[in-house]
Amino acid sequence: MKSNHLNQWVVHTLFVISTCACLFPFLLLFMASFTDEKALITGGYSIWPEKFSLDAYIFLLKDSATLLRAYGITIFITVVGTAVGIIISTLLAYPLSRSDMPLRKILSFIVFFTLLFNGGLVATYLVYTEVFHLKNTILALILPGLLTNGFYILLIRSYFATSIPVALIESAYIDGATEFRIFCSIVMPLSLPILATIGLMLSISYWNDWFNGLIYVTNSKLFSIQNMLNRMLTDLQFLQQSDIASTAGASIPTDTVRMAIAVIGILPIFCAYPFFQKYFIKGLTVGAVKG
Amino acid sequence: MVIPGLLYLAINNYMPMFGVIIAFKNINYRKGILGSDWVGLKNFEYLFKTSDAWIITRNTILYNGFFIILNLALAVAVAILLNEVRHRFMSRFYQTVVLLPHLISMVIVGYLVLAFLNAENGFVNHHILPLLGLEPISWYSDPKYWPYILTIVNVWKHVGYLCIIFLASIVGIDQEYYEAATIDGASKWQQIRAITLPLLTPTITIMALLAIGRIFYSDFGLFYQVPLNSGPLQPTTDVIDTYVYRGLMTLGDIGMSSAAGLYQSLVGFILVLISNYAVSRKNRDQALF
Repeated sequence: MKSNHLNQWVVHTLFVISTCACLFPFLLLFMASFTDEKALITGGYSIWPEKFSLDAYIFLLKDSATLLRAYGITIFITVVGTAVGIIISTLLAYPLSRSDMPLRKILSFIVFFTLLFNGGLVATYLVYTEVFHLKNTILALILPGLLTNGFYILLIRSYFATSIPVALIESAYIDGATEFRIFCSIVMPLSLPILATIGLMLSISYWNDWFNGLIYVTNSKLFSIQNMLNRMLTDLQFLQQSDIASTAGASIPTDTVRMAIAVIGILPIFCAYPFFQKYFIKGLTVGAVKG
Repeated sequence: MVIPGLLYLAINNYMPMFGVIIAFKNINYRKGILGSDWVGLKNFEYLFKTSDAWIITRNTILYNGFFIILNLALAVAVAILLNEVRHRFMSRFYQTVVLLPHLISMVIVGYLVLAFLNAENGFVNHHILPLLGLEPISWYSDPKYWPYILTIVNVWKHVGYLCIIFLASIVGIDQEYYEAATIDGASKWQQIRAITLPLLTPTITIMALLAIGRIFYSDFGLFYQVPLNSGPLQPTTDVIDTYVYRGLMTLGDIGMSSAAGLYQSLVGFILVLISNYAVSRKNRDQALF
């Protein structure tokens, strides 16, 4: 069978190159956060800095109030958003998966239509700010756009419809279980794979969300990690003005601190990713092919 | 049971749909959305009279069109190669690594690009251009480089994701085809051309059509974060999404911005319908509806 495969050396060489291409930028960022501020300015970003320094991290440790708050907000919206998102998505998807549900066709279409057409950014923004007055509230980081979407609902619905035997539901019915009881003790436990998939996708998008913060939040006390990073990237003064700097005096290692915060922002994903990689890949392939 | 979900969709998706009337109004916050005066198609007239409409439409379609072709081609190539990796552990390792950029927010990507392209101390100006004997380039003020930069960043971020989807399809191909081909003396290259690619075509078509249906929508993060929203770069980095955002948030030109948004939604809607029709003609089961 050996001749049936491409030359393994060639294949591996190509992948070592693409692996480097994928990882090199991260390495550059990581090393920059350990570089001495002056060396970064004169010597530039490099894989082996002229002078190492822990200043950026020491600085963050000393004055971590802003960073901790941003971290707390990110964790909060990720946990709450993911949990609520899964609950309301499955609650809607389950009845849609039952063929004996009245109005099923119409409700499915209502869900489905959201995938085809949307009101656009301006109208959405005005609804959330002018009608619900969510500007500068923590809800603005959780509700808009992220909580669930029609695609997830349809995905969960197909999973329920194909993977849960109708006979099981019927027999529970005969034994006198209520709909809600059936949902909680039969449907949910049998659906862990799809729930894990959707949960993973939701938490990644909550963790990485900067857009909602960008348009709905101007109060820096409500900034998530991503919003903080975003502000520091576009507004070089932000770091000096924020209370990170207030006690430290004038000499803050601005560039390296920015990089250090970016590193801290990616770190949880980097650490957790190898463990959920298997589910993630499964989730992608489930999502790509209509179930 | 369905109430929370439906309520959410009503608020998040349906209420804004009625908000499209903003595009036909001269919004005055004191009078409110419903109370503002109707202006008919004036907002659209203004929009299409400016050169902006042409620039953002051209940029959006050219970028996305090019991204679709390039991403699909590269992803198929990487997936086929990945399938050739015999070493189980290494195969998983490569999968993990190529998918990694997909998990990072565009803000972080903006930082990574900055580390390379910063005019004073970026990696490229400091280490690569001197090596080639070239002068440093002021990347963030010269629009002509950005089509390439954005393309590279986009490939870096998204090819891994597509590649995993194709790989799943390739793994699903019956091994007997390959065994038969080997017995007949087909080379690996012939096998890829005669077996893998044809059997992968349905997946490629679906992914392409789905992407074409969304060709009017761009990755806002890519076009906003990566060029750092830099003004001088707009001729080559402005797309409909960034235009709408800027009109709404920084210029306060809600009429024009919502006209551009509705133009995007409507054309997007039509494109989704057309591409779905194309998918369903090809394969009934794969279509969305």
